[in-house]
Amino acid sequence: MFGEGLIKGLGVTLKHFIGTYLDDIRWLGRGRYYNEAALERRQSPQARGVFTVQYPEEKLPVPEEFRYIPFLVYEVNEDGSHQDRCTSCGICAKVCPPQCIWIVRSNDPETGRPIPEPTDFFIDTDICMNCGLCAEYCPFDAIKMDHNYELASYDRFEHHIFDKERLSKPVSYYAQIRPENYRREEKARAEKEAAKAARRKG
Amino acid sequence: MTEESKTRVDDPIKARFADEITLDEREAYEGYIVPAEKLLGFAQVLRDELGYDYLSSVTGVDYLPDEKMEVVYHAYRTAGGPAAVFKVQLPRDHSDVPSLVSIYPGADFQEREAWDLLGIHFSGHPDLRRILLWEGFAGHPLRKDWEEPYFEEERKPFGNRWPEGQVYRIEDKMAFGKNVKYPDEFTPEGWVPEGEQALYASLEQGGRIRAGNGNGNGSGEDVGEEIVVNLGPQHPSTHGVFRMVVTLDGETITSLKPVMGYLHRNHEKIGERNTFLMNMPFTDRLDYICSMSNNFGYALAVEKLMGIAPPERAEYIRVIMAELTRIVNHLWAIGFLLNDLGAFFTPALYVINERELILDVFEAVSGSRMMCNYFRFGGLARDLSDDALEKIKEIVIDRLPGKIDELDVYLTGNEIVRTRGEGVGVLTAEQAIAYSAAGPVLRASGVPYDVRKSDPYSIYDRFDFDIAVRPNGDVYDRYLVRMDEIRQSLRILQQAVRDIPGGEIQTGKPQYQVRVPAGEAYGRVENPKGELGFYVISDGKPNPWRYHVRAPSFINLTGMEQMCIGQKIADVVAILGSIDIVLGETDR
Repeated sequence: MFGEGLIKGLGVTLKHFIGTYLDDIRWLGRGRYYNEAALERRQSPQARGVFTVQYPEEKLPVPEEFRYIPFLVYEVNEDGSHQDRCTSCGICAKVCPPQCIWIVRSNDPETGRPIPEPTDFFIDTDICMNCGLCAEYCPFDAIKMDHNYELASYDRFEHHIFDKERLSKPVSYYAQIRPENYRREEKARAEKEAAKAARRKG
Repeated sequence: MTEESKTRVDDPIKARFADEITLDEREAYEGYIVPAEKLLGFAQVLRDELGYDYLSSVTGVDYLPDEKMEVVYHAYRTAGGPAAVFKVQLPRDHSDVPSLVSIYPGADFQEREAWDLLGIHFSGHPDLRRILLWEGFAGHPLRKDWEEPYFEEERKPFGNRWPEGQVYRIEDKMAFGKNVKYPDEFTPEGWVPEGEQALYASLEQGGRIRAGNGNGNGSGEDVGEEIVVNLGPQHPSTHGVFRMVVTLDGETITSLKPVMGYLHRNHEKIGERNTFLMNMPFTDRLDYICSMSNNFGYALAVEKLMGIAPPERAEYIRVIMAELTRIVNHLWAIGFLLNDLGAFFTPALYVINERELILDVFEAVSGSRMMCNYFRFGGLARDLSDDALEKIKEIVIDRLPGKIDELDVYLTGNEIVRTRGEGVGVLTAEQAIAYSAAGPVLRASGVPYDVRKSDPYSIYDRFDFDIAVRPNGDVYDRYLVRMDEIRQSLRILQQAVRDIPGGEIQTGKPQYQVRVPAGEAYGRVENPKGELGFYVISDGKPNPWRYHVRAPSFINLTGMEQMCIGQKIADVVAILGSIDIVLGETDR
């Protein structure tokens, strides 16, 4: 019969329509929106009804591996001073596909030998393609990908080249956004140190 | 070693042509070198006697140090099996080669591309105009001695980034008005776009196809008054910036020419400036719906050159990601085909719901929903976590099969979809092969050709699945093939998540500067949109000498005019939607 397919199809639409309200009823009292448990369910394979996220009031939780614009990791010494992990070896600048990383390395005026910490470090965020290769190939875990994606600004000429000050963030921040990675790297580092110490003793 | 002793008895091509062709004896190169004057005869025999009926890829290469241009052809049998690779070598300053359009019509756009980007002239081509660039463009940019208006260095990494990083904004160096070069004696203000005239003149060939006579004078006889209509470049049905120029007799299409290149960025030139690894994230941006399987194709090509293979677990993860990508793409294609048919966004949003769940997996695994950059040479960027694997199982075992059945009930029997789709935009099996159509477009025309089965790569030979194929070659069958393929992908996925072993995900140590031995390699995968090929030449340096993409969205458009002639203008939108193009890949 002509029209049968249409009616069956409309049945699917009706099912979706009703499904939306069923989910509203399920979350009655607790709130289907602005509620973390509800958001998590709404974004899972068990989700029924409407998937919509009410951005910016609600934000999707980003997974640990999420990557957006690199940042530089520094250690905080006991006296409160900062120690860059970066040794300005330049691997990130060499591996960067759009070539958006500029590093200034300087020499010690007395000895003439290179100072490990970079004098300056720039990333042109207009060009950065968020591929994450710099973080992946950094041998010192000094450059990592950030989670903060709300970077809109009013003046691209002024604000879109990030300098070292803007890029630097403490290790504690890194440990907070990427706990798994941090644990794994710290473990590897501790093992390496232990092996080195054992070799020195032996 | 003499020529004769190298010829194997089981090499029917060499046996058939004996002294007319020579083997390509360069280290790590394959195929035959055919003299330009014998090319047409060779191709004719190759197609008609030896069964290589499908010309997959035409690539130009500039060998600047040898003062040579080379055109590389990859032909396949639709019955399956490896490629017949043949090459024509030409002097660099005067490169002229006979066009293969009369034998393989699918060479049309690819030869135009080689003319546009490399300046190789194809004599006998019916419509040799620029295709990706505009007529006022200076030079042929893929020639090795061509430099862009703001030229920094021949190869990355650029020297001024480290250790004395002189930071500047690229935009200051490429100020508006200075970022373009014109040919000598060219003034943009006084320019008469002769390219447009050539374009409109080329439309007259449409009458020739319709009359079915190959040597007509081009003026469609018995046609009343024809009008020219431009669809696009800005048009909601074109899925991007894409233009179709059609001539109409009443409402009926009499000829059609796709005009593209509005999103052109010379991906291949960028690729030749890049190091091998740097190209990986750039491949994401070709067909940006399917970044995982773009990665796959490029990784295969470079791994072939390097002579390495990924470990077992990485192979499984690759297949899982590629098949999830196929589902994503087909859901998207079906949703937007329905949009084009007038079902404004309800079906599209239903399928996007499911797509989002898969993108969540991509994000958890690779760090990005669409620009995944997940594959590495000899492995993957990182392992697949148990959580992510559990989520994939939930999606492909518990959720998606039911959702696809629901979509089937929703759309397949719908009378509007059937009326708009059945018998519209027909491409017969012979035409589909001739026009080098690939992927769902080819299989909907009744050709059971799928690279995963016909020339298996990775570990696809271990899975139990069928090639989705439909006989009619119309818009409706292209929709059905995509539905079938989603089901087949689910079958593969269910086997893969069951069998995935533990272990390493990377062969050797991850390296940022891979050593790629000199040679050539063609890696191809069955991308959701069709056969995606990467032709890579290494000269042993850190950057590829040549990096060519055989883009299915681009080549599938070759048969577009054939599909549209005789149809109503409203059907053009449906036909384009059923081909399923992505402009990031078409224009490169």
